[in-house]
Amino acid sequence: MTTFSFAGKEITAAPGQSIGAALIAAGYRSWRTTRHAGAPRGVFCGIGICFDCLVVVNGRPNQRACLTELRDGDEVEPQEGTGHVR
Amino acid sequence: VDVLVVGAGMVGAACAYYCAAAGLRVGVVERGAVASGTTSAGEGNILVSDKEPGAELDLALLSVRLWADLGARLGADRFELHAKGGVVVARTDETLAGLESLVARQRGCGVDATEVGAAELADLEPRLTRDVAGGAYYPQDLQVQPMLAAAELLRQARGRGATVHTGTEVVGFRRHKGAVTGVRTNTGDLDADWVINAAGTWGGRVADLAGAPVPVLPRRGFILVTEPLPPVIRHKVYTAEYVANVASDDAGLETSVVVEGTRAGTVLIGASRERVGFDRSMSLPVLRRLAAQAVGLFPFLAEVNVLRSYLGFRPYCPDHLPVIGPDPRVPGLVHACGHEGAGIGLAAATGHLIAQTLTGAAPDLDLTPFRPDRFA
Repeated sequence: MTTFSFAGKEITAAPGQSIGAALIAAGYRSWRTTRHAGAPRGVFCGIGICFDCLVVVNGRPNQRACLTELRDGDEVEPQEGTGHVR
Repeated sequence: VDVLVVGAGMVGAACAYYCAAAGLRVGVVERGAVASGTTSAGEGNILVSDKEPGAELDLALLSVRLWADLGARLGADRFELHAKGGVVVARTDETLAGLESLVARQRGCGVDATEVGAAELADLEPRLTRDVAGGAYYPQDLQVQPMLAAAELLRQARGRGATVHTGTEVVGFRRHKGAVTGVRTNTGDLDADWVINAAGTWGGRVADLAGAPVPVLPRRGFILVTEPLPPVIRHKVYTAEYVANVASDDAGLETSVVVEGTRAGTVLIGASRERVGFDRSMSLPVLRRLAAQAVGLFPFLAEVNVLRSYLGFRPYCPDHLPVIGPDPRVPGLVHACGHEGAGIGLAAATGHLIAQTLTGAAPDLDLTPFRPDRFA
């Protein structure tokens, strides 16, 4: 099994799973807020086109959860807005 | 109607707006959707900075005044009109010498242009590379969201009685004794005293149908779109080589970096120019070159993701001037096309001057350099 953290909580996942799949399996449905309205977002298209499921992975924002394969020890954080510090 | 506009892009929308505002009865036909051609495939440039002294610069200077007026009267926020100003960057002393000469000549024509040193460039654009020789600042340069602007001007025209027919393609012209008296479309005939060819890159085909050819040809350009960022790029920023490329007659690939932020937060990276006809295929080498040049100008972009790219066809004429005004070869036919990469910026002046001409007013600018029959 692969272990990663999401918002500080430890989660186990199957090797080779995407971050999006692992988060859904762990019961999460949304993990990003939009830039202007702060509305919740999670996986929408699931194939890398819509850029709705963005997360911060090991400090790097705007990673598509649906395409990004988990690596053991990844630190994943929810993303607010652009994910870039103003 | 008095005036039938062929094309609902930025130029057609401006023609419809200014003609309707002048009291003319206006119809618009568009084979696709509003802003579905080059209007939705560019960056929204309203620039005086990239133009050499001459007829096109005069047109641009009139247009920046008219755009500012449109923003003040209709609400600049409705189409993201932003008086952000332009910053032109010279990376070498040789390029800087050329830029300084251009600035001096432009100032003689009424352009507000200031030479800026490397330290001032860093104040204007803190994230710009420090590897610069110097540059110039152009406060008159504007940015607009062209699709919103075209839609808003058509909305305003409709409020003054204009009708807009999308999904309606011109397949021929109605005539009487050699004059154009309307158009034939896939959904029926429409009569008009004047038909305005605002078909952009496809203006040459419409002109052929009318029997009055104008040599408007496509020049392909790619744009990269980054992920949304906080506002970090403040102006329209481009390298001085862009001016030379715009005016170039080289058929091969040319790229010069143009970078600007948008209201949505995305950063647009242009601009390439290639003469490859209407070829819509993706070109990875071109995208790679645009990205590399943008990173050269703004090193922090190396860590920023690109979301997508798009391409458009800029309508160019052999002498790089648009075709504007009544066609002396075919009474009733008027052209407003061939603006190359400057159609958004030049649209306001184009529509305004055509409305003046069709209502018998003296145009604010002499249209002789843009006359349709100059190519013979």
